[in-house]
This record gives sequence, C-alpha cells and structure tokens, in this order.
Amino acid sequence: MSIAKETLLHAYRTMRTIREFEERVNAEIMNGQIPGFTHLYTGQEANAVGVCTHLDESDTIISTHRGHGHCIAKGAEVSGMMKELFGSSEGLCKGKGGSMHVADIDKGILGANGIVAGGPPISVGSALAAKIRKNGKVAVSFSGDGSVNQGTCFEAMNMAVVLQAPAVFVIENNYYSEHTSINYAVGCDDLKARTEAFGFPVFVADGADFFAVHEAAGKAIAHARAGNGPAGVFAEQGRYHGHFVGDPQAYRAEGELEDLRENHCPLKNFRARMAETDELSEAELDAIDAEVMAEIEQSVTDAKAAARPTAEQVTEDVYIQYTATA
Amino acid sequence: MPEKTMRDAINEALHQAMEQDESVFVIGEDVAGCSGSAGDVGAVGGVFGVTEGIYHRWPDRCIDTPISESAIVGAAAGAALVGMRPVAEIMFADFIGVCMDQIVNQMAKFRYMFGGKSRCPAVIRFSSGGGFSAAGQHSQAMYQVMTSFPGLKVVVPSNAYDAKGLMLSAIQDDDPVLFFEPKILYQETADVPDETYTIPFGEANFVREGDDVTVVAFGQMVPKAAAVIDALAEEGISCDLIDPRTTSPLDENAILESVEATGRLVIVDEAPPRCGLTADIAGLAADKAFSSLKAPIKQVSAPHSPTPFSPELEAAYLPDADKITAAIKATLA
Ligand SMILES: Cc1ncc(C[n+]2csc(CCOP(=O)(O)OP(=O)(O)O)c2C)c(N)n1
Ligand SMILES: [Mg+2]
Repeated sequence: MSIAKETLLHAYRTMRTIREFEERVNAEIMNGQIPGFTHLYTGQEANAVGVCTHLDESDTIISTHRGHGHCIAKGAEVSGMMKELFGSSEGLCKGKGGSMHVADIDKGILGANGIVAGGPPISVGSALAAKIRKNGKVAVSFSGDGSVNQGTCFEAMNMAVVLQAPAVFVIENNYYSEHTSINYAVGCDDLKARTEAFGFPVFVADGADFFAVHEAAGKAIAHARAGNGPAGVFAEQGRYHGHFVGDPQAYRAEGELEDLRENHCPLKNFRARMAETDELSEAELDAIDAEVMAEIEQSVTDAKAAARPTAEQVTEDVYIQYTATA
Repeated sequence: MPEKTMRDAINEALHQAMEQDESVFVIGEDVAGCSGSAGDVGAVGGVFGVTEGIYHRWPDRCIDTPISESAIVGAAAGAALVGMRPVAEIMFADFIGVCMDQIVNQMAKFRYMFGGKSRCPAVIRFSSGGGFSAAGQHSQAMYQVMTSFPGLKVVVPSNAYDAKGLMLSAIQDDDPVLFFEPKILYQETADVPDETYTIPFGEANFVREGDDVTVVAFGQMVPKAAAVIDALAEEGISCDLIDPRTTSPLDENAILESVEATGRLVIVDEAPPRCGLTADIAGLAADKAFSSLKAPIKQVSAPHSPTPFSPELEAAYLPDADKITAAIKATLA
C-alpha cells in the first residue's frame, strides 16, 4: 500500500512531536516544574500515529493514563497540552485535569483516563452513536496489556459485538502493567486469540514500525467503518521510560532498555525506510526535527509564562448550570 | 520508643500479623511486584511500599493480581467467608468506583442477609485523599461515602502509632474492615513500639484537650487541626481535638461529652460536604447536644467539586490552617 507524501510527512512530524514532547516533559518533571502523576509514551509513538492517521476530527478516540501520544496524534494542540501539564488556567482543561485527563472534545479526543479500562465502555457509547446516526464514524479506544484484564474491558468488547457497533479496540502491549509482566497478568498465552474470541477480527502489528501499525489499523478501521461491527489492533512495543517518572524498573532484564532504544525505535525505523524508498529526503526529515524542537521549546516557554488559576475557579465547571453554595 | 513512618508502621503490622496467623495473606496489584518479569519478584511491595518484604518471607501468601479490582475485592471477600484473613490492597481509594458492588452489595451484607450465620474477616486497604496534584480520579477520600454502608467498619488513621494498632485490630476483627491510609501521611513519623498492640474500634483519641471549642477532624486533617490549635493556644483559645480514628463504629460519646463541656463544635474533613462526615457529626450534635450549644456548628470541608489538578487549585480546595482558624474563631465570635 503506498502512502501519500503528505501523510508520510505528517506521520513523521507527529511521531517526532510526541517523542520530543515526552522527553521534554520528563526533563521538566525532574526540574520540579510539572506536578502530579505523569506517564510517558516514549517508544510507542508509532501506535498512536499509525492508528490516528486513519481518523478525522469527528471520529473519536479515548485514551489511557499514558495519554499524551494519543492526544497529540489525534490533533490536540501541543501548547495547550503543555500548559495543562504545568497546571495553567490556559491549559486545554484549564488546569483542572493535568496529564491524566488531557481532552479536547471538539477534536474527538474523549480524554486520557486515570482509571485503567475506564475508556473502552465509553468508546462503545461513541460507536453506538455513530451506528444510530449512520454517519460512518468510528470510535477508537486504547488499552494496555494490563488494562485488558479489567472487567470493563471485557464487557465493552462483548457489548460492542452484540450491538455491532463500530468500535475499534487498540491493544498496546508494552509488556508490563506497572511492575507486572504480561506473562503473569494475562492468564492465557495468546492475548490476540483471547480478544478474537469475543467475536471480532484483530490485526497484529510490530509497534516499532509505523507502516505495520498503519496497515493493521487501516484494516481494523475499514472493517468497523463498513458496518461490520468492532475490530481490534494488537501492537507490541516497549516503553522507554519507567511506568512513571522515577520508577526504579526492577522488572527489566539486563540490557532490555538499551535494546529497545537501539533496535526498536519507530523514528529510526521510519527514517531507514525513507532512505530505502526515497519517498522523503533526509533534509526534509531534518527540517521537521528542527521545527518540532522549536515548537516544543516554545510550548514550554509559553507554559511557564501562562496564567495561573485562581481560587474562584475551583468550583467552576462542576456543572453547566447550578453553582453549589458550600 | 523508635520513630517510624506511617508506611513502616503499617508494614510492620502486616509482617507481625502474617507471623502470628497463617490465615492472613496479602493480595493486590504489585503487592509483591515484578511477577512474571526478568526481575526479582517481590522487589516492589506495593506502589507505596506498604507491603514491602512480605513476598520474600511468605511467597505463597503475598499475591500479585492482574488489574481487576472487582475480582480482588471479591476474592478477598470469598476467602474470608471460608475462614481466611485476607488483606487486599486497592491502590487508590478512588478505584472503589470499579469494585463498589463487591464491597457494598456483597461483603458488607453477607452477615445480615445470611441471618448472622457468616463471618467475613477481610481487610481492604486503600491509599486515600488529596495533596499530590493527582486530580479527580486519584485524590478522593472516599471513607465518608463508605461510612454510610451498614456492615462495613471504616478506619482512618491520622498517625503512625494509631495506624499500626488499628491495622492489627482490623486484621483480628471478624467483620469486613475498610482501611483508608491518607497517602500524604505515609512519610510522617511517630513513636511506634516494636511490639504488637491493638487500638479498639469506636474509641476516639483526644489529640489535644481544652475548654473553649470542640474540634473533630479526620485523617490528614488531624495534624492540620492540631497545628492550628497549638497556634490558637498562644492567643488564649483552648480546644479539644478529637480524632475518631474509626468512622464506623463512631465514638459518639466522646464527641457529645466534649460538646457538652465546650458548647462549641467545629468539624474538619477533606472530602466534599454533601452527605459527608462533617454533616454527619453536625447532625449528631444538633440532635443530641443541642441544648449545650452556645454557637452555630461550623463545618470545614472541601467544596462540592471534584479534586482539581493544578497545585494552586488544590491548595484552595483542601481545608487549610486559615479556614480551620476562621471556623474556630467564628464559634467564639
Ligand atoms: C482501576 C485502576 N486500577 C489500577 C490503576 C493503577 N495503574 C495505573 S496504570 C497501571 C498499569 C496499566 O498497565 P497497562 O494497561 O499495560 O498500560 P501501560 O501503563 O503499560 O501503558 C495501573 C495498575 C488505575 N489507574 N486504575
Ligand atoms: Mg502495559
């Protein structure tokens, strides 16, 4: 399948943006600039971008606690996200949500989510709305290898089949849920087969390879869009950081992280492929890198200068109408 | 007496309970940690370190689970129903949202629905409360909600000494106990004996004694209220500070006797106000000590809003020294 040059440029730019965003967030957490609990997506960029390149603004995604990459891939504004992480009232969620709750409903981003497997049932609702409205939209939920063991995830998968809703379940296996290996937490040895047993096809991809994810996601999304009910994508790719910033990562094998960064890098793989096919030149890719670096730098400068929230804002936005008096 | 953090005090209680009783076991997400990985299984001991070292001593009785809160609580309830004494960890109290049925419709009601013929000596531990910029789904107190369900005992320690004694009581208790650990207090220290000891449920602690105002506070609000009261003592205002320690059962007598003596009542809790503990205690005093009251009762709580992320917002959200001071002074105005 050949991919339009414009799409290639966009995909690379988006993956690079996620990478630099996350690396900078990591540094700012170390500097004590970003409060709260933050989980980084570095390494898994191709999953989010490979999926979201098939979506437009009125398709929806719902994300996880590790949500920055999904949100950027679906078009969330980087500077608004950075401000949110810094806790500014100019942030995407006015500083109310932070890293675990980045959302932009107008862009079809139904939110990162602090509750593991909180998202899939909500995504089925969005898919059901698309089915009722017959508008050809799809609803994508992202789940980790740990998240799939939650009852809500099972319920959502089964109900999506029962309702024949255009829900796409993207399962990102990064091999761990916090400090626990998938080898332990998923009781069967074939998660793809377990998922397919719900009654929908699951397309597998190497999560370090944008082109593989793009192809698998393309099949799943086409299946759902065509009215054939739900579909799944199963992508494997490790995360480069700990579960959270500061995680001692006692669960890693010797050399595991070095191997991941060295031999399983979606950005390096993308560049290697371009060098082979000549679809994009090194100069074009370098120029994107430089632009992204500047954009991230600017977003941090802006976030540091952005307005801080005030006490009166605590009770705003609890409801649309009705302000409690307490 | 050795100084220990609240985290270490609870950890010690768990080790000692495991030593004394083979029916005690620990279960939850990453309570051992590293299961199935290339690393050292047991290296984590819970994300807050409260179950540290248990797996290495009792690998069969320290059980990592998948992320499945309903099944974790249900498994604890079921094992308890057949005579074990499980201590399950639910990482954040907010995740009660995921396993509420197993807690409130199942374990809370077994004994009553079965005509008094069952016991369910399970303990469910939670980290609870705000102060970490952890936003709406990782900051809630939740104990105030759970206090409303008959059949559950609800514990909220405010210091390391109480935490150890209350945990040992919780494990020995034959009813289901929910044990809420204010996570902001994990690193706070107190003198904690090495020996085992228990603190009975339903017995409040008088943290300070005074004549002018009764202050009742819960969990992380207890040290905050104590600091305020110490500062007010220099202005000549003296307060009783009551830490109920368990919200179910509640030591009503301690509160009522104090209110009868002082005639003034301030209640402080970090949770939102509606149907919460401040309203609960205010109702108790209005009902049973009305004639002693010399001033309107004051409630200090978070507002009726989810917990915000931004540090400035969360600081404005949680009750602080200024709000507690103002409430105490208002009862004296
Ligand atoms: C209901 C619930 N249980 C537990 C947690 C704590 N927690 C946050 S992320 C996580 C691991 C999730 O693993 P996985 O689904 O594989 O996603 P990953 O972190 O690997 O991206 C856990 C246990 C939570 N946030 N919500
Ligand atoms: Mg994972």
